[in-house]
Amino acid sequence: MDIVVRDVSMVFPASAGPVRALGNLSLDVQSGELVALIGPSGCGKSTLLRLIADVVQPTSGTVEVRGGPPARARVARELGFVFQHPGLLLWRDALANVSLPLEVGGWGRRHQAPHQPAELLELVGLKGFERAFPRQLSGGMQQRVAIARALVTGPPILLMDEPFGALDEITRDHMNQELLRIWAATRTTIVFVTHSIAEAVYLASRVFVFSPRPGRVIEEVAIDLPSPRVPAVKDTPEFVRHTAALRRALAQAA
Amino acid sequence: MPGGVDTAQSELTIPAAASRAGAGTVLVRRLLFPVIAIAALVLLWDVVIRIFSVPPYVVPTPASVGQALVKERARLLDNSIPTILESLGGFALGNLVAIAAAIAFVHNRTLERVLYPVAVAVRTLPIVAIAPIFVLMLGNGYAPKIAIAALITFFPTLVNMVEGLESADPQAMELMHVLSASRTEAFRYVRWPSSLPYLFSAMRIASTSSVLGALVAEWIGTNKGLGYLIVLTTYDFRTALLYAAMVMTSAIALAFFFLVSILEWVLVRWER
Repeated sequence: MDIVVRDVSMVFPASAGPVRALGNLSLDVQSGELVALIGPSGCGKSTLLRLIADVVQPTSGTVEVRGGPPARARVARELGFVFQHPGLLLWRDALANVSLPLEVGGWGRRHQAPHQPAELLELVGLKGFERAFPRQLSGGMQQRVAIARALVTGPPILLMDEPFGALDEITRDHMNQELLRIWAATRTTIVFVTHSIAEAVYLASRVFVFSPRPGRVIEEVAIDLPSPRVPAVKDTPEFVRHTAALRRALAQAA
Repeated sequence: MPGGVDTAQSELTIPAAASRAGAGTVLVRRLLFPVIAIAALVLLWDVVIRIFSVPPYVVPTPASVGQALVKERARLLDNSIPTILESLGGFALGNLVAIAAAIAFVHNRTLERVLYPVAVAVRTLPIVAIAPIFVLMLGNGYAPKIAIAALITFFPTLVNMVEGLESADPQAMELMHVLSASRTEAFRYVRWPSSLPYLFSAMRIASTSSVLGALVAEWIGTNKGLGYLIVLTTYDFRTALLYAAMVMTSAIALAFFFLVSILEWVLVRWER
């Protein structure tokens, strides 16, 4: 088991009184799995990713990442994080952005990086753009650089917070395909937050449906579509059945 | 911080062809047009003097100012050197203190809450009134001039630098946390480079205002510098030399502005 979340509650102080972001949430993610988290806006999906990544600490409950506290996994660089916006450093070219995690803390000097930054750019389909600066790249290309950056230290777990939410549908479909390819190539555990039902069904082997704030898992849907997934699967009755089931669950949640 | 500058510098390699293609046109637009504008103004000045027969002790002709520039060049250069040194000293001191203060403010909110209002209050004091006070405190040498030039450059840099350091992309900062980066690393990799465009905006203002600060400081308690020369020639009605001194001052300020712009062009390529 890569990620074990037990009875986690999260309360944020706010000027209008404390906000309960998560309420007694539990879920497990197995090694090598690609799971999607879906739910209404503000239901705490992103907060959960930040708990797993040790960016914030839970008010109560426990989070375990690969058998230990999230802080251990963070320090050991077992977590890669892809944000909604690429968050690239504008003054570094694509290659230098990808190698940033190797430089921070001198990680690259103390460890053998599993992939060369240039190889990763190739993996995300950006061969030839090594010297391009973020401002010279499209939104989709920037997000690919961010994915390559998250993978450069070879983390066993990849946390993705609506990574394709800001992209147009055509680019998004393409990026979904790329992500499945990268997932197959790296066998990384992926936790994927999304607002799109179709995206969740297409990518994930399991989808966790969140309730509105305070967020908790109200339904867990196993997606038994054949893999590797190909775009044609979106036209099958099984796919439609899954999206309908998720839509119903979300409607009940609201 | 020098580390930060180095990192930014070594990392910046824009495709050479792309930057070279635009360089010629940029140079023409940046240099030729202003030169034409200035030439037109000088011509207008000459024409106005002739039409309204303005006496030369009130406004000299461009030609007589040109003559003064040539004939009195030794004197002008002699008096330029102290002004240049004071401006540079003040520019360096003011900016360094402002950058240090901004870094301290960003890392310590309490300090910012206590000292930022003080900085604003100091800013509201008229510089012409502070100048004699500094001369009283620091004597007749370079010190009070540098102090005033520093004071005048301090505030814009402080304000811009605080804003620049806080302009760091929140997701890049969160990434630094996920990467277990130290505060120094987060500063070096994200905050400092993010602030550079803001710093250069401030330094462009400071490059000309530091000369103004040095000049105002030279109005009192000294017998050298372009500020001194300006006051002296005003009292003596030697308007041609007065104007020549003003041209020198302006040229120095422009040169500083140009230097800062070049430095910005080299160091902040990603904003172009």
